Amino acid sequence: MRENVRLGGGAGFAGDRLDAPVHLAEYGDLDYLVLECLAERTIALAQLRRRRDPAGGYDTRLTARIETLLPILKSRGIKLISNCGAANPLAAADAIVAIARRLRIPVKVAAVTGDDVLAALDLDQPTMECGNPISTYAPIISANAYLGAEALLPALASGADIVVTGRVADPSLFLAPLMHEYGWAPDDVDRLARGTAVGHLLECAGQLCGGYFADPGRKEILDMAHLGFPFADVDADGNAILGKVAGTGGRITRATATEQLLYEVTDPCGYLTPDVTADFSAVTLTETAQDRVEVTGARGRARPAALKVSVGYLAGFVGEGEIGYAGTNVMARAQLAAQILRERLAERFSELRIDLVGSTSLHGRAFDSNERPYEIRLRVAARAKTPEEAAIVGDEVEALYTNGPAGGGGTRKYVTEQIGIVSTLLDRARVSTKVTEREWGAHAEVV
Amino acid sequence: MPKLYDLAHCRAGDKGNTSTLSLIAYRPEDYSLLAERVTVAAVAEHLRGIVQGDIRRYELPQLAALQFVCEHSLNGGVTTSLALDAHGKSLSFALLELEI
Repeated sequence: MRENVRLGGGAGFAGDRLDAPVHLAEYGDLDYLVLECLAERTIALAQLRRRRDPAGGYDTRLTARIETLLPILKSRGIKLISNCGAANPLAAADAIVAIARRLRIPVKVAAVTGDDVLAALDLDQPTMECGNPISTYAPIISANAYLGAEALLPALASGADIVVTGRVADPSLFLAPLMHEYGWAPDDVDRLARGTAVGHLLECAGQLCGGYFADPGRKEILDMAHLGFPFADVDADGNAILGKVAGTGGRITRATATEQLLYEVTDPCGYLTPDVTADFSAVTLTETAQDRVEVTGARGRARPAALKVSVGYLAGFVGEGEIGYAGTNVMARAQLAAQILRERLAERFSELRIDLVGSTSLHGRAFDSNERPYEIRLRVAARAKTPEEAAIVGDEVEALYTNGPAGGGGTRKYVTEQIGIVSTLLDRARVSTKVTEREWGAHAEVV
Repeated sequence: MPKLYDLAHCRAGDKGNTSTLSLIAYRPEDYSLLAERVTVAAVAEHLRGIVQGDIRRYELPQLAALQFVCEHSLNGGVTTSLALDAHGKSLSFALLELEI
């Protein structure tokens, strides 16, 4: 058995940088590169695209990612695992094969399906958020179960170069190659927990390397414009050393790793994934060299009985408008504009929000300062059933040009369709996963 | 009066309508002071108007960190909130304004 597996974190969300994973693949000496491309809402939006185009519904940047990565992955022998299949992993596999054919690089892709449980969804089931039945949120557009690492194992065993999935719990994308390489059993809870901790540390890519950490003068991070993405060297027991390629920007320290270990964790003693219940409370993070942090000590308990399902629904439209004020008496003029808009919009819109950007838009009040801001941007948002109704919000803000306080400038207006997400639980037995292989060039004469 | 900002760093995360605030001491020896002063009651008072639900605090001495899990803190949740910062990502720096 091998003694070390090196996993790379090449994307923290669908919109993440494209250059960093290329550099990581080229110079990182990786065994596996993982691209995590699905936020809560991403898959519901992808489902809407798939309805319009049955061959669509995967990550819109898949082509850009794969075109640049594929030659490097193949020449370096790196396997790729990604949830960039989004709402349509089979179409994603076809798209990857089409790129491979065009580049004349032989490839074997395995698509993992089964996360789409919309047909099996019981609308009378309560949501985890407030206990109301799912039917309250109609029209429902998507329901995807969070699959675990086990769903990926047959795909890895098939010898595929690339594994594409839809919804899989983020850490499971990293745990799967460890289970595959080391033969960890599904009830080997401590090793699964350690692998899960590693996956959780890598899943947001740059966030482990000083991204979303820097605070000038307090938490200095150098050369952020060239922030490197992270890798982990994981041993057969799941102990790991985090690192990044020498010469890239950013830092990996005990502090950056602690922020990422606890990020979005609602119970550090019982972090739930489809694979295990992980306890991070005894994790030790030790700096062993520049940009190297050792991770040990996660413990595991039995995995949860049910799978979490993310349900997407159409939540109407939001109309927004913005206008800026500056100079002496800025606050009074911005507040007058707010008052005018409230009078004109409150009756028409039951959910109306007015923010003073530069003062109270983020925390509702200023915690520490009585200094008057030099400029204020007024921002109004309201929910509507139709785009036409939502557009009224921006129109009313724009009308302040000739009907509002002095000196308003720089109006902008937006109408956005809202996709809501609620969660529910589904019995594991009702979810069956499948692996489909797509291939090009195995027997072709490659020039 | 010193602020939490002087002793600790913080990152906010979100899950649905719940905000997680990870408070981490720069120096491990300051952990006990954080554990003593940054109580659930202190955080609830400091973030009144923002956190609308219960707050749970997890003590993680091994990591020199406290994890605050704040329910009903994101105006109904990331996906349908009318707020500009629907994720509550900037709340980390609201917590660090706490005077201790």
